[in-house]
Amino acid sequence: MSQHRELDDMLGRGWRKPPFVRSALLRWSLGLGFAAYLVAAYLTIEVDWNRVYEGLDRGWAFVLAFTSPDFLSRWSDIWSGLLESIVMTVAASVVGILISIPIGLGAARNIAPLPVYVICRGIVAVSRALQEIIVAILLVAIFGFGPLAGFLTLSFATIGFLSKLLAEDIEAMDRSQAEAIRASGARWMQWINYGVQPQVMPRLVGLSMYRVDINFRESAILGLVGAGGIGATLNTAFDRYEYDTAAAILILIIGIVMALEYLSGVIRARVQ
Amino acid sequence: MLRLEKLTKTYKTGDQALKEIDLEVPEGQVLALIGPSGAGKSTMIRCINRLVEPTGGAVLLAGTDLTRLGAGALRRARREMGMIFQEYALVERLTVMENVLSGRLGYVGFWRSFLRRYPQADVDEAFRLLDRVGLLHMADKRADELSGGQRQRVGICRALIQNPKLLLVDEPTASLDPKTSRQIMRLITELCRERGLAAIINIHDVALAQMFVPRVVGLRFGEIVYDGGPTGLTPDKLTEIYGEEDWEATIEKVEEEEEEDDADMRAAE
Repeated sequence: MSQHRELDDMLGRGWRKPPFVRSALLRWSLGLGFAAYLVAAYLTIEVDWNRVYEGLDRGWAFVLAFTSPDFLSRWSDIWSGLLESIVMTVAASVVGILISIPIGLGAARNIAPLPVYVICRGIVAVSRALQEIIVAILLVAIFGFGPLAGFLTLSFATIGFLSKLLAEDIEAMDRSQAEAIRASGARWMQWINYGVQPQVMPRLVGLSMYRVDINFRESAILGLVGAGGIGATLNTAFDRYEYDTAAAILILIIGIVMALEYLSGVIRARVQ
Repeated sequence: MLRLEKLTKTYKTGDQALKEIDLEVPEGQVLALIGPSGAGKSTMIRCINRLVEPTGGAVLLAGTDLTRLGAGALRRARREMGMIFQEYALVERLTVMENVLSGRLGYVGFWRSFLRRYPQADVDEAFRLLDRVGLLHMADKRADELSGGQRQRVGICRALIQNPKLLLVDEPTASLDPKTSRQIMRLITELCRERGLAAIINIHDVALAQMFVPRVVGLRFGEIVYDGGPTGLTPDKLTEIYGEEDWEATIEKVEEEEEEDDADMRAAE
């Protein structure tokens, strides 16, 4: 019992995890301010309940159509629309993925020199900033109505998506494996093939499958702005108030997306 | 055969990892590099094959200054230096055979390596090396299915198939248990003797270094503070390298274990 130690002050005192925001005043004002903003924001949303009431009928008719989808009366239109969508999806995915790989390599800071990195990141940023619909409208204006515009739109969108995620996976790879390949005197291409590719392959395959899935769904939307595919057929059905045909188309789209989802799960499990 | 002349590495942060290191390694000599963490051991090894760019001085391998080589010549020079890593650094999703054959990348063209069609002589040599380290039956397994000791033996094969003049070995036993560590050190030193290879082995386990190598170099704060035989590492010298500690106690204890372990190994064989 000679000297006073720091520990003696600490014993018997409770312990709490230190708060993320140190100052209590700032912490509370941030919390309350956010809550107040949220309430104010919800109050500005105007809901016309009469309009909602009327719309319920129309919505109900739409839902009812699903109980009696009509695959037959417009089958040839549906079939050609589906084929066009599938062709667009496959072609755009393959082209998009092939172009994404070099851009993804260039957009990874740990393997690309700075000028290449900046250019590739620029391409990614442009592709991601422009939403598919906007690109499709522009490309329809250039190339006219039809699946060519849709194909180009989806390829362009795939590049932004896949390059970015591939680059991020490369940046997160284990450096030592790649270093060991470099130490053997490998060329740059061999280094990529042995040191980098095996590390990112499962993710690349998984992302590519996911992108095929997205591209198919997008192809259904692009038809609305004239870029071909099943979307064009769907749009026509809505215009004619043929909800039963629209329902048939939506059911087909849902079925195909689910099948792709299942397939991508199987493939991803196998490449781990 | 290898000579470092005033080799210096200053990182961008201003940290001097290596301060004008002078070192000569004759043909066929195995040398252990010891020192505390952050002494510059790893940096020194990587400055030799330029995985880390030195900021000054020269690295002379058989008379060629490696620090002045262009990209192509550096690649060819790297073929002469096999490297073995801490944590093995095998490409985990490739097979054992692909990992071993990747040591030949400096010699084969891109398409051959891409299609995995290596010259028969390389394939035969890979089989021979795997057999030498007792892993022939694992050739088609994926590297991540192997245990730590097995992985490091594959790492050794990958370095040796380069047919190097020099081995650069970075903490080969850091993630292995004591028994496997000794087996790996024994294997490395045996193979160096068989092939007349020179080697620089970074190692933080002093007792292990003393057990297996004829020459020890001690590094502290980027400077060589000891260069001599393993028996010359007196407690005073160790204190100079690592700082104050009760050296007598730790060293003797480890040596006793070694004898038991040797007896175990002989019994197993």
